[in-house]
Amino acid sequence: MEALWLSMKLAGCVAAILLAIGMPVAYWLAYSTWRGKFLLESIVALPLVLPPTVLGFYALVAMGPRGPLGKLWIALFGHGLAFTFGGLVLASVLYSFPFAVQPLIASFEGVDRKLLDASAVLGAGSLRTFWRIILPLSLPGVVTAAVLSFAHTLGEFGVVLMVGGNLAGVTRTVSIDIYDHVQSLEYGEASRMALVLLAISFAVLSVVYAVNRRVWTPWAAK
Amino acid sequence: MGGEVNATMLSAQIRKERRSAGASAFLLDVAIEVPSGITILFGASGAGKSSILDCIAGLTRPDEGRIVTDGDVLFDAAARINIPAQKRRIAYVFQTLALFPHLTAEENASYGLSDLPEKEKRERVDAILKIFRVDKLRRQRPGEISGGERQRIALARSLVTDPRVLLLDEPLTGLDADLKAAIVDDLRAWNAAKGIPILYVTHSRDEVDALGERAIALHNGRVVSAGSPLEVLNAPRRKKLAQAAGFENLLAATVLDLREADGVMRVRLGDSPCEIEVPLGYATPGSRIQVAVRAGDILLATVPPRGLSARNVLEGRILSLDQRGTMVILRVDCGVTFIVHVTPGAVRALELSTGRPVWLVLKTHSCHLVD
Repeated sequence: MEALWLSMKLAGCVAAILLAIGMPVAYWLAYSTWRGKFLLESIVALPLVLPPTVLGFYALVAMGPRGPLGKLWIALFGHGLAFTFGGLVLASVLYSFPFAVQPLIASFEGVDRKLLDASAVLGAGSLRTFWRIILPLSLPGVVTAAVLSFAHTLGEFGVVLMVGGNLAGVTRTVSIDIYDHVQSLEYGEASRMALVLLAISFAVLSVVYAVNRRVWTPWAAK
Repeated sequence: MGGEVNATMLSAQIRKERRSAGASAFLLDVAIEVPSGITILFGASGAGKSSILDCIAGLTRPDEGRIVTDGDVLFDAAARINIPAQKRRIAYVFQTLALFPHLTAEENASYGLSDLPEKEKRERVDAILKIFRVDKLRRQRPGEISGGERQRIALARSLVTDPRVLLLDEPLTGLDADLKAAIVDDLRAWNAAKGIPILYVTHSRDEVDALGERAIALHNGRVVSAGSPLEVLNAPRRKKLAQAAGFENLLAATVLDLREADGVMRVRLGDSPCEIEVPLGYATPGSRIQVAVRAGDILLATVPPRGLSARNVLEGRILSLDQRGTMVILRVDCGVTFIVHVTPGAVRALELSTGRPVWLVLKTHSCHLVD
């Protein structure tokens, strides 16, 4: 159960961080008229196509005591980043980035531009327009982003293995735990954990699809 | 003109080129003066009416020009002044109204008053909702009320901010004449005390006469006539141009022959092989005239039509479809390009798409001679 709790904690942290940094990135990608925008869009989508081991490998190198991130971390906190919970969070944020940013972009782009024009002529600056108009109307996208990045982090394996190793209570997440149990032929234990993960994933995806059917948006046109 | 009138006048010189992917670059080049009261900006769809409003509101940047109201410069290309839309204090009611769907009528109306103390905000919202007779609907969301009520709330939301200019982009489309007149009366009553310039865009000739104190007719991005609605619509010397402003299709043609007995003549459109029959006019074979046809007067068929009384059937191909609200604007190439308006239902039923061969049917008397 320690592994499950650790996974939940990791996924929660990652989802919160991704919402905070995903929103400005998605806002910029949705509304910028810069011609080179596609380059950033490609970078954001990279984790979708890269094997987790590749991403994990680069993250590990960057976080190692000789990597730029590792050096910075040691200078700031006195210990390394690799094989710690913090390192795991950072790598997972990178790995789940598109799962948060893409639903946000889609929902921001879905907001009628005329509403933004109306907000501007009524005297609202872009920050106020974002909080009062774009964000409330993008709520299903925000929930989708949060839930998908949570679920995706919960189920990741390769990146965790590369960056986190397998330290009980620190980096041994539930997917690694299951792998361990199978390796030591403890099928009963593995099956119990797998079932819990299956149930959580199903519940989480149900939330996404329910929200996207707008069951919770009372103002939707009838 | 006296200083008094100038004090509440909007003056705009706007030049803007629109380069689209298609062949035709559109040039907007106008100079307009809007005194206090309602001025109608009149012209066919695509004449540049909405672009003018967008430039005045600050949503689009003109290439060149100068926009001044109340003595304040809002835009001046030469002096590199471009006040952002949120600082212009210009109210703009869009054709789609753009009410915020997740906010109630009251929240919509108070949206532009964020800087005011709560008490004053409430008083002003109360007052404006009463003026436009929608104070009973304050807790309703836009999705829960009728079209006319939505239009009233959109007006209230714009006017509660005490703007210096009001821009209306066909805000009353789709309302019946009585309801339209009632809303305009309320707007006039509100403006009796304020006296701000109101620029009211429409493509309907009826509205020009009914609503405006002054009218400006626009065609292809240029002002073709300005004055009282009567002058713009009916003055003999200006009739031709003003009439043309109400038509989406204005085609150069050469007269081929006159059939006086039938009251018609045959003309060739542009340089194309297209020949059509139009009402007889003062012309001789070989003379150049202009033929104006309303986009809504053209019938469209997907098979060669037979057994019609209409004399003109032209074969062509759809170049583009562009949905604007409940109307779809088709561009059809028949040697010359025709603009045709159809409903979205017709597009679905006839499976209209780009490149599809179609036949256009024009009644002789839907073809108006302009020159």
